[in-house]
Amino acid sequence: MSGILKSSVGRKFAMALSAFFLMIFLVMHVSINFTSVFSEELFNNMSHFMGTNPLVQGLMQPILIFGVIFHFVMGFVLEYKNRQSREVSYAKNVPSGNSSWVSRNMLLSGVVILAFLALHFYDFWIHEMTVKYVEGDMSGLVDANNPESGFRYYEELREKFVSPVRVGIYAVSFVLLSLHLLHGFNSAFQSVGANNKYVKSLKGFSKVYAIGVPALFIFIALFHHFTH
Amino acid sequence: MMNLTLKIWRQKNANDKGKIVDYPVSGISPDMSFLEMLDVLNQELIEKGEEPVAFDHDCREGICGTCSLYINGRAHGPQTRITACQLHMRSFNDGDTIYIEPWRAKAFPVIKDLIVDRSSFDRIQQAGGFISVNTSGNTQDANAIPIEKEHADKSFDAATCIGCGACVASCKNSSAMLFVSAKVSQFALLPQGQVEATDRVLNMVKQMDAEGFGNCTNTGACEVECPKGISLENIARMNREYLAASLKG
Amino acid sequence: MSILDSKIPEGPLADKWTKHKNEINLVNPANKRLIDVIVVGTGLAGGSAAATLAELGYNVKSFCFQDSPRRAHSIAAQGGINAAKNYQGDGDSTYRLFYDTVKGGDYRSREANVYRLAEVSTNIIDQCVAQGVPFAREYGGLLDNRSFGGVLVSRTFYAKGQTGQQLLLGAYAAMNRQIGRGKIKMYTRHEMLDVVVVDGKARGIIARNLVTGEIERHSAHAVVIASGGYGNAFYLSTYAMGSNVTAAWKAHKRGAFFANPCYTQIHPTCIPVSGDHQSKLTLMSESLRNDGRIWVPKHKKDVEAIRNGSLKPTEIAEEDRDYYLERRYPAFGNLVPRDVASRAAKERCDAGYGVNQTGEAVYLDFSAAIERYGKEQAHVKGLDENDTALVQKLGKGVIENKYGNLFQMYEKIVDQNPYETPMMIYPAVHYTMGGLWVDYNLMTTVPGLYAIGEANFSDHGANRLGASALMQGLADGYFVLPYTIGDYLAHDIRTGPIPTDTKEFEEAEAKVRSDIDKLIANKGSKSVDYFHKKLGKIMWNKCGMARNEKDLKSAIKEIAELRDEFYKDVFVPGDQNEYNEELAKAGRVADFLELGELFAKDALEREESAGGHFREEYQTDSGEAMRRKEYQYVSAWEYKGQPSEAVEHKESLDYENIEVKERSYK
Repeated sequence: MSGILKSSVGRKFAMALSAFFLMIFLVMHVSINFTSVFSEELFNNMSHFMGTNPLVQGLMQPILIFGVIFHFVMGFVLEYKNRQSREVSYAKNVPSGNSSWVSRNMLLSGVVILAFLALHFYDFWIHEMTVKYVEGDMSGLVDANNPESGFRYYEELREKFVSPVRVGIYAVSFVLLSLHLLHGFNSAFQSVGANNKYVKSLKGFSKVYAIGVPALFIFIALFHHFTH
Repeated sequence: MMNLTLKIWRQKNANDKGKIVDYPVSGISPDMSFLEMLDVLNQELIEKGEEPVAFDHDCREGICGTCSLYINGRAHGPQTRITACQLHMRSFNDGDTIYIEPWRAKAFPVIKDLIVDRSSFDRIQQAGGFISVNTSGNTQDANAIPIEKEHADKSFDAATCIGCGACVASCKNSSAMLFVSAKVSQFALLPQGQVEATDRVLNMVKQMDAEGFGNCTNTGACEVECPKGISLENIARMNREYLAASLKG
Repeated sequence: MSILDSKIPEGPLADKWTKHKNEINLVNPANKRLIDVIVVGTGLAGGSAAATLAELGYNVKSFCFQDSPRRAHSIAAQGGINAAKNYQGDGDSTYRLFYDTVKGGDYRSREANVYRLAEVSTNIIDQCVAQGVPFAREYGGLLDNRSFGGVLVSRTFYAKGQTGQQLLLGAYAAMNRQIGRGKIKMYTRHEMLDVVVVDGKARGIIARNLVTGEIERHSAHAVVIASGGYGNAFYLSTYAMGSNVTAAWKAHKRGAFFANPCYTQIHPTCIPVSGDHQSKLTLMSESLRNDGRIWVPKHKKDVEAIRNGSLKPTEIAEEDRDYYLERRYPAFGNLVPRDVASRAAKERCDAGYGVNQTGEAVYLDFSAAIERYGKEQAHVKGLDENDTALVQKLGKGVIENKYGNLFQMYEKIVDQNPYETPMMIYPAVHYTMGGLWVDYNLMTTVPGLYAIGEANFSDHGANRLGASALMQGLADGYFVLPYTIGDYLAHDIRTGPIPTDTKEFEEAEAKVRSDIDKLIANKGSKSVDYFHKKLGKIMWNKCGMARNEKDLKSAIKEIAELRDEFYKDVFVPGDQNEYNEELAKAGRVADFLELGELFAKDALEREESAGGHFREEYQTDSGEAMRRKEYQYVSAWEYKGQPSEAVEHKESLDYENIEVKERSYK
C-alpha cells in the first residue's frame, strides 16, 4: 500500500478520490448558496453555522483545502509526466476523431478553475478569515457591537454580484467547471475501477450533475446581479 | 485511378533527427490496400536508385499487429476497427495529401523511418502476462472447470489485443493502459488466472510505468482507435485489480 | 535399406510413443543447466518448444525476424485446432483422428507420427486451457466444438475466427514467463542465415541483426528449426509477407534432406486476386463451409451477364445454379477436404464458369443458412416463421455471431456486403506439407538439427486437414520435441559450452558475409520484387493446382534462368550495416529461387496424383486424383551444390494399421 502513490494507477486513484470529495463539497456549497435566492434568513443562519462551527472550521475546512491543493498539484504532476511520455509530437494529429475536447483539456479547464478559486478566495475567504481570526469578530453580524444589525453574509454576497465584470468572470469559470465535470465525473469512476452496469447508468446523472451544479451557481450569481 | 501527395516521416536511424519528405504518387487504384500503395511508391524509389521507405508490416490481414502507421493524424488511418494493412485506398480521394508518421511515444523509439521499437510491450508481458503452468501432459482435463460463457467471452474479447500499439500512439499521454489491462483482464476473468492475480497486476503496472508510458486520463481515444475494439471496461477492471492487490500486498 | 532411418519404435501402434518415452535417454535437471538449445522461429511450434525446453531447465536462445515473438504467422490461423477429446460424444477417438489424418493426407504420411499426433492432441487442449486460452464455450460452461472439412465428427476447438492468435499468445505467454526468468534469451529482429556444423553435428547458427546489420555467431548443443512453410515461393499466398524458407533452406544446404517439396496446400476459400498490385491473399476460414454453399451458374449466358454487370448473383434462380461440390460429393458436400474443393473450383473456372472479371472466382453463399437459422430462431422465439424480413434479420444475427469478424474482413477488402450478396472466393496457396525430413524424434539428417511444425514434413502427407496445423505445431513443440531432444542431448552433458571462435563458425560467417556483399555490390537494374513476382507466376502457372510433365520441365528451366538473371541484375539499395528490408528480402528470394526448382523437380518425379499434388496425366475418369502404389514413399532430397543435382532418397511408407484405399468423399 505504501508505494501506491508512486504508480500511475495509484496516482489516478488518488486524483479520483480527491475529485469525489470535491464534488460532494460542491453539492453542499451550491445548496447553501441557493438558499440565498429564496430566504435571506436561512442563508444567513447556515452561513453562520458553517463559518463558526469548530468542527467545520477546524477539521473540514483544512481537509477541503488539502483536497483542493492535492487535486491540482497532482493534476500538474500527472500532466507533466504525460507530456514527458511523448518527446516528438505528430506533424499532423486529429484527436477530435477519437476523443472529446473536454477530455483532452482537463488541464486548461482546471487552470481556469484554479484562477477563479484565487479570485474566490480573495473575494470571500480571505475576507472571512480576516474578520474572524485576525480581527477576532466571530459574531457574524453586520455591526459586531449591535446584535440588532443582523447577519452580514447575505448582504456581502449581494455586494459581490453588483459588478457585471465579476459576474461575467464568475459565469465563464463555471462554464469551464461544467466542462471539467463533464469529463471528470465519469473519469473518476473509471479511475477507481467502477465501470459496471450500475456505473454506466450513472452516465445520465453525471451529465445532470456536471451541467446542473455549475448552472445553479451561475443562476445564483445572475439572480443577485439583476435583483440588486 | 488517383494521384496523391504523401508526406512521409524519413529518419535514417535512431540517432538521426528525421523530417517529413513529400512524395507524389500516381495511378493508385482504389482497390489497393494502403500498404500496397506504399509498395508502389517503394518500387518507384528503388527504380530511381533511392532508398525505399521502411515500414513494419507482416501478415497484411489485420491480425499480427506489426503495421503501425499514423495516417493523416489517426492511428491506422481514418477508418476505425481496422489496422493500416486493412485500410484500402477507396477511403481517400484523388488529389489528397496524406501524412504518414510513425507511432510517437517515448517508450516506442524510432528505429528507421516509420518503424518503431515496441519491445517495451514485450517486457510488460514478461513481467506477469502469463499463468505459471508447466507443460506436463498431466494437466487436468480441459472441461474439469466449467467457465461461465459470459466470462469466457469477455476474456476472449480482451485477449484479442494484437499488441500493435495504436492505443499508445493515439493517446495524448502515450498511455499503455488499454494494452496492459487487456492482458490483466483476460486472466482476471478466468479461474485459472486467479492464483497469480495479485502479483500479475502489480508487476505489470510497475513495468509499464518503468517503460515511460504516460498516465491514463480516460479520454477514451484508445478504445476508438483500437483495431480490435478492446473495451475501456478492461482499464476499469485493471484499476480494481490493482487497488485490491495493493491493499493485499 | 535406404540411408534414411525413421527410428520408428517397435511394438503396436498405440504403444509406440509411451514405450519410446520410457526408453529414451534423459538428461538430469542439474545437467540441463549446462546445455544450450537454439530455436529458430517463434510460431506455435517454435514458441511452445522454446517455452517447454526452458521449463525443463535447458538454456534456450530463441530467434525471430519479427519485432516480437507474438507476430509469427501462426497468429493468423482462423478456424480451430483438432483434438480427439470426444466431448461431443459423436464417436471420436484417437484412432479416428489418426485415421482421418492419414486418409486426408492421401496415404502419404508416416503412421507412427500421425498416431502420436492424435494421441497428444488431447493434452494440447488441457495445456492451453490451463494457460488461460479463452476457447469458445457453451452456455453450460464447457468447451464448444465445430466441424471441419474431411471428417464426420465435431472435434475442432476454436476461439471465434482467431484460434491461431489465442494459441500463439498462449505459447508467447509461456515464453514470456521463461524470458522473465532468464531461461530464454530472446533475439527479435534477427534472421538466421546459416547453420554451423561442427564434427558432423549442428552446433550453432549465424544470424543477422536486422536493425544494425551486424552478423552474429550463436552456439548451442542443438538447433531447432521452426521457421514455418515456404508457400511464399508463389509470391501470392496467404502467408505473411516475411514468411520465408531461408532457415530451412540453409539447413538443407548443410546436409538436412528436404522432403516432398511439391506437397503444397492450396486453400479453397480465399479472397480472389483483384489486380497486379496485389501483395498477398486473404483466407476466409474453412469454417465458413459449415454454413456456406459453393456454386457457379449452370449456364454460360448467366456467367457472361454477371461478368458484364447486367445480372446479380442473387437474381439467378435456384435451378440455374450448379452447387458443384454437393453434386460431385454428396456424402461430404461442401465439407470435402481442401485439395478436393480447390481442384473442383479450378475445374469449373477452367471450364469458363468463373464469376468475376478474371474468371477466377466462385460463389460462397450464405443465403440458405441465413434462412434456415432465421426460421429456427423464429420457431424458438415463437415468432412468425413466414415473415421473410424477420427470418432474414434473425438468420443474419446467427451468422454474424458465428462469422462476424470474417464477414467484416471480407467487406473491408472487397467492398461488398456478404450478408446480402454471395462471397467470391478462389483457391490460394496456404500451407506446405513438405519440409525438412525428420525421423520419429523430429531430428533431420544432420545430428543435433531438429525441425518442427510446418518446417518439417512429417504428419500431413500430401494434404493437410483443416485445424490440424495448429495441432501439429503445438504437439511438436509442447509434447514431442522437448522429450525426444533429451535422447540426443544426454550425450552432451560433458561437452561444455560450444566455442564460437572455431574455423567452422568462421567459415560459415565468411560465407554469409560474402553472400550479402555480393547482393549489395550487384547494383543491377531490377528490384527484388520483380524477381519474386516472376517466380510466383511460374510457380502458380506450372506448379500450382494442376501439374503436368511439360509444364514442370519448362518450370525447372525457367526458374534456373530466372535465378541467373537475379544474380546478374538484381538491385539492392542501401547497405549491409543498417536496417535494410530490401536486403533481407533479396536473401529470401534467392533461396526461393533455389527451392522453386527443387519443388518442380520433385513434382516432376512424382508421377502420380496425391492430395495437393495433382498431375494431369494421373487422374481417374471422373477427374479425381489417381494415386500409384509404386509412389508410396517419401522423397527426401539431398543437396549437392545445385537444385538440379539434388539426389533423391526414398523412405517407404508402410501401412500396418490402416487399409490403403481409394480416397473417396462421395
